[in-house]
Amino acid sequence: MEKAKQQQKPFSWVRIKNQVWGVLSNPFNVIVFISLVTLFCLIIIPLFTMVRDTFTVAKAELRQMPGASIGDMTLFYWKYLFATVLGTSVFLPALGRSLMIGFFVTIISMPLGALLAWLMVRSDIPGKKILSMLIIVPYMIPSWCKSLAWLSLFRNQTAGNLGLLAGMGIPVPDWLAYGPIAIILVMSLHYYAFAYIMVSGSLRSINSELEEMGEIQGANKVQILKSITLPLVMPALLSAAIMTISKSIGSYGVAASLGQFTGYQVLSTLLKYFLNGTPQRVGYVISILLIIMASGTIIANQKLIGVRKSYATIGGKGTRSNPMRIGWAKWPLLAFLVIFLFAAMVMPMFALVMESFQLRTGAGYGANNLTLYAWIGVWENRPLPFLAYDGLLKNADFMGALWNTVKLSLIASIITAFCGQFLGYISTRGRGKWYGQLTEQMVFLPYLMPGVAFGAIYFAMFSQPRLGGFIPSLYGTFTLIVLVSVVKHFPFASRSGTASMMQISPELEEAAEIAGASFWRRIGSIVIPLSKSGFVSGLMLAFISITKELDLIAVLMTPTNRTLPYLAFEYSKNMPQGADAIAIVILLFILLCYTVANLFGADVSKSM
Amino acid sequence: MSKIVLEHIDKYYGSNHVLRDINLTIEDGDFMTLLGPSGCGKTTTLRVISGLEKPQNGRMTMDGRPIINAEESFFEAPSKRGLNLVFQSYALWPHMTVYNNVAFGLKIKHMPKKELTDCVTNALRVMRIEEYKDRYPNELSGGQQQRVAIARAIATSPKLLLLDEPLSNLDARLRIDMRAELKRLHKETGTTIIYVTHDQVEALTMSTQIALFKEGEISQLDTPLGIYTNPIDLQAADFIGNPRINFVNGTALYDGGELHVKSSLGEYHFPQKDIKLDEECPLNEAFDCVLGIRPETIEISLENEGHKNTVSASVYASQPAGSETLITLTVGDAELLAIQIGLKEYDVNQAVFAVLHPGRMNVYNKATTRLIKYAHTTQP
Ligand SMILES: Nc1ncnc2c1ncn2[C@@H]1O[C@H](COP(=O)(O)OP(=O)(O)O)[C@@H](O)[C@H]1O
Ligand SMILES: [Mg+2]
Repeated sequence: MEKAKQQQKPFSWVRIKNQVWGVLSNPFNVIVFISLVTLFCLIIIPLFTMVRDTFTVAKAELRQMPGASIGDMTLFYWKYLFATVLGTSVFLPALGRSLMIGFFVTIISMPLGALLAWLMVRSDIPGKKILSMLIIVPYMIPSWCKSLAWLSLFRNQTAGNLGLLAGMGIPVPDWLAYGPIAIILVMSLHYYAFAYIMVSGSLRSINSELEEMGEIQGANKVQILKSITLPLVMPALLSAAIMTISKSIGSYGVAASLGQFTGYQVLSTLLKYFLNGTPQRVGYVISILLIIMASGTIIANQKLIGVRKSYATIGGKGTRSNPMRIGWAKWPLLAFLVIFLFAAMVMPMFALVMESFQLRTGAGYGANNLTLYAWIGVWENRPLPFLAYDGLLKNADFMGALWNTVKLSLIASIITAFCGQFLGYISTRGRGKWYGQLTEQMVFLPYLMPGVAFGAIYFAMFSQPRLGGFIPSLYGTFTLIVLVSVVKHFPFASRSGTASMMQISPELEEAAEIAGASFWRRIGSIVIPLSKSGFVSGLMLAFISITKELDLIAVLMTPTNRTLPYLAFEYSKNMPQGADAIAIVILLFILLCYTVANLFGADVSKSM
Repeated sequence: MSKIVLEHIDKYYGSNHVLRDINLTIEDGDFMTLLGPSGCGKTTTLRVISGLEKPQNGRMTMDGRPIINAEESFFEAPSKRGLNLVFQSYALWPHMTVYNNVAFGLKIKHMPKKELTDCVTNALRVMRIEEYKDRYPNELSGGQQQRVAIARAIATSPKLLLLDEPLSNLDARLRIDMRAELKRLHKETGTTIIYVTHDQVEALTMSTQIALFKEGEISQLDTPLGIYTNPIDLQAADFIGNPRINFVNGTALYDGGELHVKSSLGEYHFPQKDIKLDEECPLNEAFDCVLGIRPETIEISLENEGHKNTVSASVYASQPAGSETLITLTVGDAELLAIQIGLKEYDVNQAVFAVLHPGRMNVYNKATTRLIKYAHTTQP
């Protein structure tokens, strides 16, 4: 009844005029409108376009469909994948492998990450301070660098160039060097970070008095861990498991480089296979499946854990945390930590660096096998006939890719960070209002999509002119790479933007409004000065993430807009030293960036 | 200088009806306090007046100039209303020094440099915070931040100053100091002030007018003395006054001429002129009522001095607190709290005489909880 009373107002032109003017004269409304439209065009429309394309006939398939014309409705592409021998013979194995990889990566990285987290947060293991700094380093190494390192250790005759072990005369079978085991181990050494970061966050919020209470009641350490600590971190562990499954199913770079020599296809590599071949739109279908699988797990997680999550912080009042004494067990655990760091950090770095200086890979480190060719060699004077490229510093490809990478990272991260603050502003000021929620939901979508599937969406959208030529084909342009990088990083950037906008109470702006400051003046003298540090740290993390990105842009690469990660991937096929050298350049660059970002107070764990 | 008139203001948040038909006139130079428990819509009223919220219904004028006309969706911009607001959280800009916080509004108005400096310095001096002008807000104590917030609000010489629970974040000592400060500010500047608080002591000590809020409505509008002597209903009576008012149950009968009330204190007959005739009050029919008796209207004597309304009482407990003594008495089955100035000593269970003044009592209809008989401020 009260609702009705609000609306019962006689029609009046003056009121309509004032209402319209009230909406239009407020720049905030205009901005909200513009950003909703932009988000819609950059996220919803491309997704929708790709989905629609899987149901319509493309020119390439006309011959196979007598009587059809371009743009007709068809189930051809879906049937191709699910109901033809050509399709199912590649699709079903790839699906099975992706699921299997997701499963085993989770099984391995959950206990690994959780154990590391517990050791670092709750135990009295010696050297904790330095160890906890080192433990996060493996995560900073891009996953494709780790697969390069794996190859440099395990490559055998199948790949042409031998790896370290094969070179020492140890026979390395294909099933170890390439394929599922390699992929699972490399991914586990990367995705342990989800469990590590989430569980250590959860452990930190648990008051150690809860555990001490158990001790007073007479429980031993194992009982305490099992019946007090574990249930409390369970929600965090489950979330991490879901993230790990979702990420490892969608991951492209590792599977591609470790599967390339034996033709081991998983869903993400099959996606690229179809995009580069025919029928192209089958690739779109796979992309949709990947999105459904990845987002399904994440959404299910939010629905299931959402409610229970809250109790992870119960008793989180006290930050007092007395480490638990683990006695003699500290030595085997310390040994375990050292082995982990060796396998995940020292060994890959060592293998990459050393191999980049080798003339023949796998031929030892004798003086006659050491060279700077991969760095400064010139192809005309190559010492061995099969060396395929100039050394990096003399190599136009490398210089081009370096320039592309720097340009892309700079431009895209600035745009990303700016948009992130902006979107964060709209979602915080619109909290509880329809436009705030809509913004948050749209911005969240790219998070649910694996990088390679998101790349495929942009491939589908922009590989041909749209709107009757109003939007030209952007395939192969630098603009497209920037666009896809920016939009894919929206979720992360707007989360950091939201965090920094939450610090600025709306009353600070209202006080300025009453003082007579216009909207833009308020943004200029209140919002921007107060969100500066959030902007800088968001910028740095986006910069690093875009620099090392491979999955997202893999399907959009053309020779002129290649970036360093993609070039390394290309080189890894037949010139591993060159690939290693590129990886080293990127690693040094990233470590430098992280160090700088840390000085500015950015939280590395937020860049996941 | 301004007179503010609010008419039929309704504010909804979604389907939550937060302000219900608010009508309020604030005369030029008033110190109007909006008083009520938390969540009753005081802040919302202030935000509607300042222009930060738009009501769905109603009108507002300042000195006759239309400011809000919801029928026509007309809402004057906050900055054009000639007012300023002190937020409950102070909302000081953390990245600006005290000086720049205060100067911001004047810079927006493009005030010449010389004049601006004078204005800011003057505001800082009035609030006695000149020496902190180069500090940042987080380098100040709560009380100092409070002063900066007020200085910032008065620097632009607003015609109307809105204050939202400005003292609620301060400790008890500072609160008393700041009350005096605000009162002085009101006198010196002559600005109309609308002051929001849930603290009835603040309302009683500072205001010229009090609007008592209850669930989004104004339940009573009066001077502090008026509100104190005749709270409109049981809830208001209970809320206002410290120590609390005494309630004694009784039965009443109104014969069209006098109101007869029987209780454990005896029988009283109240003349018709004291009766609030616009309230529900059954005629020639006994009904339950509640007597409201302020502690300070109860006199205690050791001898029966023959006053008409003397009852014998027994001391249940006494709490001497230096400047005053609180004495809990039992009279029949009623319990009464009395207050006496100065240090008084009574023994537990000591027999005394309580002298009551029916003229200073309120009578409430228990069924409607509303006031049906006015009290006098002094014994007639
Ligand atoms: N922005 C808002 N959105 C929805 N409800 C609100 C909002 N602001 C206030 N309210 C509701 O309006 C009512 C009155 O709030 P408020 O005016 O802040 O009360 P007071 O200042 O008297 O404590 C409360 O029930 C509160 O929950
Ligand atoms: Mg309030």
